[in-house]
Amino acid sequence: MDLTEFTAARIATIVQNGEVTAEAVAAAHFARIEKLDGTIKAFLAVTKDQALAQARRVDEKRKKGGKLGLLAGVPVALKDNIQLKGVETTCASKALKGHLATYDATVTERLKSADAVVVGKTNLDEFAMGSSTENSAFQKTTNPWDPACVPGGSSGGSAAAAAARMCAFSLGSDTGGSIRQPAAFCGVVGLKPTYGLVSRYGLVAFASSLDQIGPFTRTIEDAELALSVIGGHDPRDTTSAVNAPAAPAPAPKDLKGLRIGLPKEYFIEGLDPEVEKSVRAAVAVLKSLGASVSEVSLPHTKYAIATYYIIAPSEASSNLARFDGIRYGFIDKGATNLQEVYEMTRGAGFGSEVKRRIMLGTYALSSGYYDAYYAKAQRVRTLMANDFREAFKQVDLIAAPTTPTPPFRFGEKTNDPIAMYLSDIFTIPSNMAGNASMSLPCGLSKKGLPLGLQLIADVFQEKKMLSTARAYEAAQPFAALKG
Amino acid sequence: MKQYELVIGLEVHCQLATKTKLFCGCATDGFGSTPNSRVCPVCTAQPGALPVLNRRAVELAFQAALALDCRLSEQSIFSRKNYFYPDLPKAYQISQYDQPFSKHGKLAVAVGGLTKTIGITRIHMEEDAGKLVHDLGGTQLDGSLVDLNRAGVPLIEIVTEPDMRSSDEAYAYLTALKEVIQFTGASRCDMEKGEMRCDANVSIRPAGQKEFGVRTETKNLNSFKNVKDAIEYEFRRQVELVESGGKVVQETRLWNVEKQITVPMRSKEDAHDYRYFPDPDLVPLVADAKWVAGLKAALAEMPAVKRARFMADLGLSSYDAEVLTSDKSLADYFEKAVAAAPAGSAKTVSNLLTTEMLGRLNAEGKTVAQSPVAAGHLGRLAELVAGGTLSSKGAKDVFAKMWETGKDPKALVDSLGLSQVSDDKQILEWVKQALAANPKAAADLKAGKQAAIGRVVGDVMKRSQGKANPALVHKLIQETVKA
Repeated sequence: MDLTEFTAARIATIVQNGEVTAEAVAAAHFARIEKLDGTIKAFLAVTKDQALAQARRVDEKRKKGGKLGLLAGVPVALKDNIQLKGVETTCASKALKGHLATYDATVTERLKSADAVVVGKTNLDEFAMGSSTENSAFQKTTNPWDPACVPGGSSGGSAAAAAARMCAFSLGSDTGGSIRQPAAFCGVVGLKPTYGLVSRYGLVAFASSLDQIGPFTRTIEDAELALSVIGGHDPRDTTSAVNAPAAPAPAPKDLKGLRIGLPKEYFIEGLDPEVEKSVRAAVAVLKSLGASVSEVSLPHTKYAIATYYIIAPSEASSNLARFDGIRYGFIDKGATNLQEVYEMTRGAGFGSEVKRRIMLGTYALSSGYYDAYYAKAQRVRTLMANDFREAFKQVDLIAAPTTPTPPFRFGEKTNDPIAMYLSDIFTIPSNMAGNASMSLPCGLSKKGLPLGLQLIADVFQEKKMLSTARAYEAAQPFAALKG
Repeated sequence: MKQYELVIGLEVHCQLATKTKLFCGCATDGFGSTPNSRVCPVCTAQPGALPVLNRRAVELAFQAALALDCRLSEQSIFSRKNYFYPDLPKAYQISQYDQPFSKHGKLAVAVGGLTKTIGITRIHMEEDAGKLVHDLGGTQLDGSLVDLNRAGVPLIEIVTEPDMRSSDEAYAYLTALKEVIQFTGASRCDMEKGEMRCDANVSIRPAGQKEFGVRTETKNLNSFKNVKDAIEYEFRRQVELVESGGKVVQETRLWNVEKQITVPMRSKEDAHDYRYFPDPDLVPLVADAKWVAGLKAALAEMPAVKRARFMADLGLSSYDAEVLTSDKSLADYFEKAVAAAPAGSAKTVSNLLTTEMLGRLNAEGKTVAQSPVAAGHLGRLAELVAGGTLSSKGAKDVFAKMWETGKDPKALVDSLGLSQVSDDKQILEWVKQALAANPKAAADLKAGKQAAIGRVVGDVMKRSQGKANPALVHKLIQETVKA
């Protein structure tokens, strides 16, 4: 048997009952990483020694009769903007090259105490800024379905690692679509929980009011399982909610009574016909299961990108100011005075997309411009949240494409930031409103590339969203990556 | 020369007397201890760390505001003040900007026998920065080091209206402010430890003019005397400048205590653009009505109220009341002593405290808290006086012993035989002996010359080694002479 083909839920069960050891599970995944990651390049760091030690601790605990956690022996990969104590956390930036994390993120702590095994840190667009993982300062991650295509971003490494079965599941972060878009591109499930459901403590902040950690999995059950472990209130994050996520539940028999809305603003010109076709086919499956389908309107969608590119860079300009070379990370030793320390360190430490956003944000927050940009963007954000509130009075869930196009090729959009930004047009609104959403596989393009269906739910309605996804998964099993 | 009016507004920072920092669990007792020994991921701005507001700091800040008659905002916002400096780990200070937690307060101060009310514009909460240790060109280092023990220590900033018109008023305001803040327990206001710091905004205008002149802000004022001196210097400088045809420019200046002058630090043009925006990591601070009511009820009695009560209820002179309320710990000590003394002996307690104890504390450089004489013991000493066991002279002697030994006065009186003699027979014996030994005085007394009594009393006291009850001595001399 190939242990890498097992789901997280299955691995946890067989490790708990002693059918296999956590060490054997870890070893199988490291063998897979050694075989594939030379091409895919999903990992920035493989934490083999730490992982095997943790796996042996789990096995030891079982031998002594201890009760194992919900993720016993489950190999997990972390996006390299999530703190794992003692391991380099770079955010794929030269600014943090060589920086060893001094503490564990809350999600890391929760994974460890559920007896999961962290196998490595995955590649991303530098500081999670990008949609293709091409902005990594260190390496380009390829799409496991087609090495000529990007895996999406910014959590491209985590999406590719989960898709290629180099881990049972992985964690990413989603600020404007950075979980859902790469999940769609890599043919896996990507969940962006409601803002506040998962603690941000230990997630290197990009845009604090939008960032949310979530899992990449190959089944809906695993997404539920992962969320049930990492979610719930954390006193170290005052923006974390008191709500606790539900435990995994079996797929419902049908979807009778469920009302699904299709936002007319998402089915527009520029939407790739293949994407539209597969999403409409997926909606037809939901309908065949008993759901009713109607059109809804999210009238402020057209402002999403403009608003996002004021709010996210503004927060980023402040969040990234701490990377000044004084306390940790890269410092340009050629500097001869304080001003040079800042200018040379930050000039050489950050890549061009990060600098572009820092400049955008610095400008938007400047005295005299604040009201015209930041304050106004916040008001538009409120309008976008109201759009969803109104829509969720009429329907239970919204179904839409995750991305406007199938996975694109390397270099296709790198010279055109706006084209790159537009690939997040359908995912940004959920970050602005803070509600729950996810991407799940809904077939392949003619070229054999994965396509994604996005389900969007009201805040803290993860259970409704995930159970619908389970019904869909049962009716229309996800395409599995060969090899 | 024209007459000019001096206009002063003050900005005072006080360190809140919490055990832990404003946004993390690190201790605030770092003053003078090993550099960087009171730090954690949060106050060193490790990537991904998040602030959690200290509830106790909020309570102390609210109490200070309530004591200064401020209106508490139902909701206030923490904002980020962005600027780069090595002592500021996050490269932003978490402060309050356009929505502080309190506004519109006032404080009555006594200047030259008159009471004047100084308006308080606002009080806001913020975190302190760290400290730099410079050794530029030094043999050991040739550079600067950063100590973050102080980074994140909670402060309140109290900003007045431009209501003061003389350096004496500014001095009186600071004295009264310190008293009030100390009485609330919100801050110890120890200026030597930097727990209270002051910036002075100074402008001048021709007498009678309504509009304010251009102001300068003077920093680095480490004592009330510095504030007074700097204001007087700025007044002279600005008057001379205007009189010689110049213009005052808006700028920040530094007080040079050695040269007793202010020097320019930065002009308005060089002022930072702090790019304030609401900190997305912190939810708005809500002043729950019930919580505030509880804090208000628990608020200590303010010095002015206490003074009035000491005079009205305890019969103290205004001078004694003033002395005893000049310091919270002294007032507390006094009240504790009075509580241990019998009713009606507050005056005795006050006398012992001001004449015996304060002098000794000053001489030995001790605080009230360090007094070897416990408040309860002082109360019992007053009880011994009230009950006639000790004369006031005897009380002084016993107090000296208490200061030396820290013992209970009752025990000292017993063991030293210092007890006042109120035994009629014994005193009558001494009176007879004294009259016999002073025949001239005895004859004068018989002839009605009362002035002669002093000599006889003195003789009795000598024979009794000062222990005879003076009232009884007087009474028995009169009776014996008349008999």
